[in-house]
Amino acid sequence: MKPITLTINGETIRATVPPRLHLADFLRDQCGLTGTHLGCEHGVCGACTIRLDGAIVRSCLVLAVQADDTIIETIEGVTDSGEARALQAAFAARNALQCGYCTPGMVITALDFLATAPDPCDRSAIRAHLSGNYCRCTGYEAIIDAIAMVGGQ
Amino acid sequence: MKSAAFDYVRAGSVAEAIARLAADPFGTKLLAGGQSLLPALNLRLSAPALLVDIARLPELAGITLTGTTLRIGAGCTHASLLTAPEIARHAPLIAEALAHVAHPAIRSRGTLGGSLANADPAAELPAVMLALDATMIIEGPSGTRHIKATDFFTGMFETALAADEILIALEIPIRTQRSGFAELARRHGDYAIIGLAATMTADATRLAFFAGGPTAQLAQRAAGALGTGPLNHERIAAACTALAQDLPAHDDPEASASMRLHLARVLLRRVITPWINPSIRTPITA
Repeated sequence: MKPITLTINGETIRATVPPRLHLADFLRDQCGLTGTHLGCEHGVCGACTIRLDGAIVRSCLVLAVQADDTIIETIEGVTDSGEARALQAAFAARNALQCGYCTPGMVITALDFLATAPDPCDRSAIRAHLSGNYCRCTGYEAIIDAIAMVGGQ
Repeated sequence: MKSAAFDYVRAGSVAEAIARLAADPFGTKLLAGGQSLLPALNLRLSAPALLVDIARLPELAGITLTGTTLRIGAGCTHASLLTAPEIARHAPLIAEALAHVAHPAIRSRGTLGGSLANADPAAELPAVMLALDATMIIEGPSGTRHIKATDFFTGMFETALAADEILIALEIPIRTQRSGFAELARRHGDYAIIGLAATMTADATRLAFFAGGPTAQLAQRAAGALGTGPLNHERIAAACTALAQDLPAHDDPEASASMRLHLARVLLRRVITPWINPSIRTPITA
């Protein structure tokens, strides 16, 4: 077991974790932050995407011990802060989710796109940025509509 | 799936990491970005006793320009290289290729050294290093050694690295050259079916194909058929013909060998043809 200290959604968390525990399981099982979803658990589906020190990462491909002394933001954090409010409203307005399993990862990735893209309405750039996030319900068009809608605001 | 249990230590220096490796070379794995290692652990394709975390070592960080050489720390993440002005100025081929490597959330963690040491046959960066004539800087218990990229990639997921050595940096000669990159993958960010990283100086062309065999490789005969001096369509056609002798006949579920060869020729034309017109894609200058 290893001691770690990290900041999660603005709160300092101290915990002791086994080295093999990945960050997604740590967030879900030890912190109760179940908005981070686990789909494939080997870095393919994007459902577990979170922010680590400001950059989006797959939380299934980061060990909790590697996240020692980092700043983590999850879907709960960007929801509570209001940062994701416009995107969440747009996802609802455009029917950009059905089962909702991929949605937390989609929203975190879309926030990253909107913060970094030179043209936040460029649909092909949105597609490229979301290429690592799988959705098995919507066919993606509605998700791209929602992100472009917020990009144009 | 969950990985098997292992121990974890964050190395304080390259020397400490080497000592850890030397103590148990086959039970110990280096952990940098972890974007290939963690899937392998989660799928239980790998079950080391100890992970040595080298991700935060300052000795592996940074890009430095010394005379006519660009030195890139093995610990640089893909995301950092995509936005580094030194890369854009002196080795734009790296950034061009990185846009095809996985996805933003992977590129923020994955490292250059990790990708090269992993040596996936379908990975972009080994081919880029061959095309750029890079030299690998390696440290081990007996000191530092330098290995050319052409001698580094020895087979599928195999390199010249010994079990107790660490790839610490890459050195790329800064040359006046053109460069280009193209790959064909079923979806953006997937591993390629076939890909090409190419450079051309006044006296040599380097055509590095990947995903066409067990390891990225230079197509020597095709490059020879291109020759030197002004390019023209006839010489490109000759290079496409010669390519059949360079690429191994590699069948897999993604593509048959004949389809791969066809696609490799498509990529060769796509990358090289714009270089016929000297006004297009001005070469970077040393």
